[in-house]
Amino acid sequence: MADAMEQLYQQVILDHARTRQGEGELAEFGGESFQINPTCGDQVTLRVQLDATGGFIENLGWTGQGCSISQASLSVMHELVAGQSVQRAQELGGYFSELMAARGKELEPARIEALEDASAFTGVARYPARIKCALLGWMALRDALVQAQARA
Amino acid sequence: MLNPDTVKADFPLLGRTVRGGKPLVYLDSGATAQKPQQVIDAELQFYSRTNAAVHRGAHQIAEEATEAYEASRTAVAEFVGAAEDEIVWTKNATEALNLVAYGFLNASLAAASTPGTAAAESVSAAARERYGLRAGDEIVVSEAEHHANLVPWQQLAAKTGATLRWIGVTEDGRLDPETFAVITERTRVLAITHASNVTGAITDVPALVARARRVGAFVVLDACQTAAHMPVNLRELDVDFAAFSAHKMVGPTGVGALFGKRELLEDLPPFLTGGSMVEVVTMDSTSFMPPPQRFEAGTQMVAQAVGFHAAVDYLSQLGMDQVAAHEKQMTQLLLDGISTVPGVRVLGPQDTENRLAVVAFEVDSVHPHDVGQVLDDAGVAVRVGHHCAQPIHRRLGVHASARASAGVYTTEADVEAFIAGLHEVRRFFAQPTRISGEASPAAGGM
Repeated sequence: MADAMEQLYQQVILDHARTRQGEGELAEFGGESFQINPTCGDQVTLRVQLDATGGFIENLGWTGQGCSISQASLSVMHELVAGQSVQRAQELGGYFSELMAARGKELEPARIEALEDASAFTGVARYPARIKCALLGWMALRDALVQAQARA
Repeated sequence: MLNPDTVKADFPLLGRTVRGGKPLVYLDSGATAQKPQQVIDAELQFYSRTNAAVHRGAHQIAEEATEAYEASRTAVAEFVGAAEDEIVWTKNATEALNLVAYGFLNASLAAASTPGTAAAESVSAAARERYGLRAGDEIVVSEAEHHANLVPWQQLAAKTGATLRWIGVTEDGRLDPETFAVITERTRVLAITHASNVTGAITDVPALVARARRVGAFVVLDACQTAAHMPVNLRELDVDFAAFSAHKMVGPTGVGALFGKRELLEDLPPFLTGGSMVEVVTMDSTSFMPPPQRFEAGTQMVAQAVGFHAAVDYLSQLGMDQVAAHEKQMTQLLLDGISTVPGVRVLGPQDTENRLAVVAFEVDSVHPHDVGQVLDDAGVAVRVGHHCAQPIHRRLGVHASARASAGVYTTEADVEAFIAGLHEVRRFFAQPTRISGEASPAAGGM
């Protein structure tokens, strides 16, 4: 197979698509978001629970169906933001959106480093039709956090 | 016999390469067909030589433009076995289906208004009687419909109080005759697809029309998938309305057609109103032109209509019997080829009987989006997703699928490349998992 596919579907993405982190329904949650990609019907429901201060993500869980890019992205995102402050999660979401919009351009090394496994999605930016797949979980997170904070 | 290699040479786009120099294998004709040089030239010629406003203006160019525009109507009508005043231009099949549904809605609103008021009189008594729907009336569709032939009827039912019912789908993706009994005395409209854009199954239209006739229901046919792939004679099928789009018929985008029986179009209230569809306009009232102009408000897609003429001429020259025979052969090759790839399930009939070369499938443990991506990398263009038909996917137990669909220019070599691509999909996603840490994310040498 051509290098292009190896670069898009990096091993870390295939691994996360198979062994998904954070998949499951949270019984207790402060915010919930349902997101759908209307072009392919992929969907996710993400729930988030903040700690007592309302500043940290105590728990998050998601359910849904989708392609390996969307599933892996959700899994990686879970790894990155669980236990982090809401502010940090939002910041990482910003970096990830930047990565998706980069189309091959380089991000600041510090931001790449901060994204950890999520930086493996850099190849997705070359396929405009797949960017939505990678962003699906992050959109759900952003939305769920807004709701959870409003209620906190 | 149709020679697909000769046909292919007429389609300039099919000669291009994709994804770093790979020859394009285009298997997405069910979404939109590529265009032969003859169609491209027809539009080019129109803009270069004949462009003017049609049905107005007394100058020579306006005359020539009007002639070209109306000659296309005649040609398209002939192509589907209709009369020229039974063909209404629309921007696509979706608009054509909405035109009918909104005609019913306008009649229903008038019928529900107090007799004698302006609201009631905005539509003729004949139209109120014929097309007015109310609570207790039923609209029947099928579970196999494209959203374009489902959502407008859902909306019409919701707005009029009528009930939407549907014909079911069998395990192999055909309309289920066991559920045809849903057509009853209460049915006012039966809106069905001529062939599923997911399973390729061709509908037994005569059986359904016979049932509709017994109960006095109108039949609306979505002929989008069939019009370019088999001979279609709407008069013989005896449907009341039918919709199809030029862009799926090797013609331009931006133009489609509604067929309506002359005596039905006579009464149907207009959908869009404005210029070009009126006779006398005063500050408080307007009289409308007879069909088809009554349904063609505003400046029309004239160049595209002219291109549509070239498209039906092109298909007629190939011969629709020849086209159907060729595509049946492609269907056989697709089905045979897919059966050699382990873990791939065809959604729809497993043989070529009453079936088009539209083959949706799922690959075990690989999402359709990922299937399409790896095929694309090999230069093979297929559709992925729900193909604007979510209910039938749900019925067949999947959220989405990948779909290969053939056209007049599809060759055996195209099918072989697709099958080779499917084997590659299997190989690529069956790789043994390495340890996560081994991958070096950003250092992929992008």
